[in-house]
Amino acid sequence: MNEHHEDGTAETEENVFTDEVVTRLAQDAKEVISRYPKPRSALLPLLHLVQAEEGHVSKAGMQFCADQLDITLAEVKAVATFYTMYRRRPGGDYQVGVCTNTLCAVMGGDEIFSALKEHLDLANGETTEDGKVTLEHVECNAACDFAPVVMVNWEFFDNQTPATATRMVDDLRLGKDVAPTRGPQSLCTWKQASRVLAGFEDGRAGEGVQAAAPSLAGLELARRRGWQAPDPNNLPTPTDQGEEGAK
Amino acid sequence: MTTLTPILSQNWDRPDSFTIDGYRATGGYDALRRSLTMDPDSIVDLVKQSGLRGRGGAGFPTGMKWGFLPKDNPNPRYLVVNADESEPGTCKDIPLMLANPHVLVEGVAIASYAIKSRQAFIYVRGEVVHVVRRLRQAVSEAYEAGLLGKNILGSGFDLDVVVHAGAGAYICGEETALLDSLEGYRGQPRLKPPFPAVAGLYASPTVVNNVESIASVPGIVANGAEWFTSMGTEKSAGFGFFSLSGHVTNPGQYEAPLGITLRELLDMAGGIRAGHELKFWTPGGSSTPIFTDEHLDTPLDFESVGAAGSMLGTRALQIFDETTCVVRAVGRWIAFYAHESCGKCTPCREGNFWMVQVLDRLERGEGTEADIDKLLQICDNLLGRSFCALGDGATSPVMSSIKYFRQEYIDHFEKGGCPFDHSRSTVWADRPTTTEEGGNR
Repeated sequence: MNEHHEDGTAETEENVFTDEVVTRLAQDAKEVISRYPKPRSALLPLLHLVQAEEGHVSKAGMQFCADQLDITLAEVKAVATFYTMYRRRPGGDYQVGVCTNTLCAVMGGDEIFSALKEHLDLANGETTEDGKVTLEHVECNAACDFAPVVMVNWEFFDNQTPATATRMVDDLRLGKDVAPTRGPQSLCTWKQASRVLAGFEDGRAGEGVQAAAPSLAGLELARRRGWQAPDPNNLPTPTDQGEEGAK
Repeated sequence: MTTLTPILSQNWDRPDSFTIDGYRATGGYDALRRSLTMDPDSIVDLVKQSGLRGRGGAGFPTGMKWGFLPKDNPNPRYLVVNADESEPGTCKDIPLMLANPHVLVEGVAIASYAIKSRQAFIYVRGEVVHVVRRLRQAVSEAYEAGLLGKNILGSGFDLDVVVHAGAGAYICGEETALLDSLEGYRGQPRLKPPFPAVAGLYASPTVVNNVESIASVPGIVANGAEWFTSMGTEKSAGFGFFSLSGHVTNPGQYEAPLGITLRELLDMAGGIRAGHELKFWTPGGSSTPIFTDEHLDTPLDFESVGAAGSMLGTRALQIFDETTCVVRAVGRWIAFYAHESCGKCTPCREGNFWMVQVLDRLERGEGTEADIDKLLQICDNLLGRSFCALGDGATSPVMSSIKYFRQEYIDHFEKGGCPFDHSRSTVWADRPTTTEEGGNR
């Protein structure tokens, strides 16, 4: 999903990493590093942390990570460029990722992606002029039973259609509240989501559903038919193995 | 007839299933309490007796993996949970961690105690922010309740658990790439041996287990090995999630004994979507050779699926009906492998790149019969010659689709284009068109 990126690192015009920001983030970085037996393990979270500050991972952000871990910029860059979640140039507040891996593509993901490209007049990886929406296609996000799936800032928008996805991006651009189907009650921004990934709580774990319909399909069927796991105090004999679940 | 056995999913219909109170209300953490009164080695033995095999795809016996840790190595031991669920079609661990993260946390505590580890990591893919939130909350609730941290439940056992979010790389589901990533490097697989049990995280003895494997441990401790082996088959014991997706009436998670068949599962899921018929399916994600309607009665256990020419994998049953173009499906999967190849070894990096070119050309109707043989040739240079299973996996959809649907490849270039109308495959293709939800037909 990064094929559109230039090899180099996009630079913002102003340096976000002022002394004040560096002092503040260094405190956060210290906390992250303290979670691990070896400091270098903190590199991925630290890259999420600088992305939370700037919206993408710039050379200045990578230098910050290098300084915290006492490693070279080249070592940080080698890692930052390997992982697709680190943006290497500025993007929108909302990253809209349409799954176009085989299953979602077949179920309509390709049509959704085409519809959004046309509607927003964007190519893969581009951002709307208002800086709200970055559109891209993504790989399988482990929600195949909810296909076709769209991820926004890595929150689930399940069972989408071109119509629902188009309305959703319009709402995002109009600043309306948009809620994932399985996730918090409203979307947080790209920067806020990155901060959660860096390891800082936003207090929203309790929001949203515990499970949605497809996740419950088997359980509900079992409840209706009275099927249960075997009773450990009354195990089936080997001959009727596999049939004892029914009561 | 096989029936469903909701175990890990049994509390998912409680709105508070992901909280510690919700989990404890259904017996949660009783197994940890019991474990802490047991000798750690006896828990390893119990898991060996249960026959639990890795639920992340490879099916390696979990207890045996634990038993491989060298007894004389003075370095700290680590438990690392592989929660980097990314195999196309696989969608079991994410809903599990969203709805019931505590069963994983309890499993982590028991497994760590059993292998004498005091530091565990849950490496979760980064692209699921709400799952990361739920896991972190579960871990912090467990600390507050004295179920993690120092002197757990007064036993003298200490355990710290860190939830670590990845940053987007399918390859990190490969256990040694995951360890490199967790150490803060590019996620590239390591040469084995040494295996992680000997030299894993920070070159220390390490066990890497899949989410569902670890989450299955509390049930085994609570109910016994015989309870576990009363489900499944002799060599594929126990239960697991069967994740149905695609052209089925009711896609979703179906927790059942290993050895259930697709015919039985389809019957439970309301069948193939109305008016259509099964064309092909994956038994365990895109890296497992596809099956057709010939395999509806193949028991979905490790041995039977293997004997029928595929692999049980992650029980990710992606179902495609007759509207689906197999060349398109395979082409898209190979584009995925090409994108996700870490670049370390030549067969995988180059082989997948060139297979994308050939498959694109074939799908556009511009290929030739020689292209089909070329694909098989490239597969021959990938399978068994790649550094890790990613390259091997990529050959599965290509070789199996040519085996079962060679004529469909030929039809493309004979007709000079794709003979399928892709819009007929969409979820909304058979729905009455409405202005609200009708899509762009």
